[in-house]
Amino acid sequence: MSATGIDLTDRRRNRRGWRVHAQRIILPLVVFAIVIGAWELLVRALNLPPYQLPSPSLVFDTLIADWGVLSASLIVTLITTLEGFVLAAVGGIGLAIVFNRSRLVEYSFYPYAVILQVTPVIAIAPLLLIYLPQQLAVLACAWIVAFFPVLANTTFGLNSVDHNLAALFQLYGARRGEVLWNLKLPSALPHILAGLRIAGGLALVGAVVAEIAAGAAGAGSGLAYRIAESAYRLNIPRMFAALALLSLSGVIIYAILAAISTFLLRRWHDSAVQPVG
Amino acid sequence: MAAASPPEPGSVIVSLRDVARSFHSTVAIDEFNLDLRAGEFVSLLGPSGCGKSTALRVIAGLVPPSRGTVSWNLEDGLPAAERLGFVFQEPTLMPWATVAENVRLPLKLMGDTRRESTPLVDKAIDRVGLGDFSAYYPRELSGGMKMRVSLARALVAEPRVLLMDEPFAALDEITRFRLNNDLLALWQSLRKTVVFVTHSVFESVYLSQRILVMTSRPGRVFKELVIDAPYPRTEAFRTSAEYASLCRQVSQVLSQVIEPGVVEP
Repeated sequence: MSATGIDLTDRRRNRRGWRVHAQRIILPLVVFAIVIGAWELLVRALNLPPYQLPSPSLVFDTLIADWGVLSASLIVTLITTLEGFVLAAVGGIGLAIVFNRSRLVEYSFYPYAVILQVTPVIAIAPLLLIYLPQQLAVLACAWIVAFFPVLANTTFGLNSVDHNLAALFQLYGARRGEVLWNLKLPSALPHILAGLRIAGGLALVGAVVAEIAAGAAGAGSGLAYRIAESAYRLNIPRMFAALALLSLSGVIIYAILAAISTFLLRRWHDSAVQPVG
Repeated sequence: MAAASPPEPGSVIVSLRDVARSFHSTVAIDEFNLDLRAGEFVSLLGPSGCGKSTALRVIAGLVPPSRGTVSWNLEDGLPAAERLGFVFQEPTLMPWATVAENVRLPLKLMGDTRRESTPLVDKAIDRVGLGDFSAYYPRELSGGMKMRVSLARALVAEPRVLLMDEPFAALDEITRFRLNNDLLALWQSLRKTVVFVTHSVFESVYLSQRILVMTSRPGRVFKELVIDAPYPRTEAFRTSAEYASLCRQVSQVLSQVIEPGVVEP
């Protein structure tokens, strides 16, 4: 193998890497521009009134005009999401570690974690709103939907430790805590991060669902509450503006978690390592 | 780390007496006897599934025997990592840790601080010729290099006994020959007791002083063969008539334990 040969393949591979990178950013933006453009044209061509379908430009104007109300609501929803996410991460990982320690505990409680997960949160939310103060009920909903993927992924990760590595730790007389800290948690890290990536988006979903359910009670101030409120008032442009903010928040949450995951795994895990040798 | 005195060369340091081990209804090894003497290189040779890996794991204490005894004649209170090192068929490295951190593991679990362990880690990595790769991650290394890391880890705490479970079986022949040579050089300079499990006649003859040929189902020692060719054994030995004739003898013994119709080198 000559040095130039390596250089050449490397450069070629790099160039292809860049092209794939650029395509992955540009292509969705092109689709976005086409859809928004078509929407704008459709509204103008058919002269649709805003309460039927607002044009994208009107939604954008509403976003700017109502920014005071909307941003305050956005912050409320994001704080709930963040709290729900952190509780889900701590609870999910912690519970998975407890399950991993004791089969009896796992067998006793895992089915209930599943039941909590498969019961639609939209059906649980009204009950929670009866028994808990509204802020707490919203937080509980965010937690309920977000914690299961963390629990399930962490449990899977902790159980998929390399058997020979486990034998090696046993051979050297490692204590339980040492095995957990030096072997099980690092092995499980890619799975834990995958769980957290899902949980981030779900915490937002949970918060929104609970806010919508609470909407009728009228004491909330989150972004979903703004959507419900705008619906009653037939303020359709503001509904769209709030919806756009929610989607954007979800995308940003996912992007941040994905970036953290890639950063933590960059040196050793196939999912994060750049395919350049 | 206490500088314990190494056992007298030639004294028995591990004895297996009438050891049996079954998994469910399968008898992996039965009536297995073995005396390991300090400083010797012993191979367990046999067809796949003859229980040689089980025997190794029983010696290591990873699998308790169903019957019989395993006794160690070493100083009391010796930490596990100074008693034995184990090399698996796969490199079995922690993918999230660098070469240095992988090699450090036995010392870390023994309770050594980083400051105490670093010189030993560096020495162990140098010994297997990977001095420039301390900061690399396992995925950045070739199969042979990973196996070297595994060997460095097994030797880092200077264990009395080194147990190796078909360590080079998954490597290509050129890499395997080089690792065989390096392993012999290490063994001659460190004088560890080595138990080497293999299904390769050529490898066992090249490396060992004693070969225990095992029968399968249940695994027992069928015959003990002494290879008294002098060390150092080099590439010249590998191509000698003596080596060829020894391999032939061992193959003949091995063919007696393999069922007719099944041919394995």
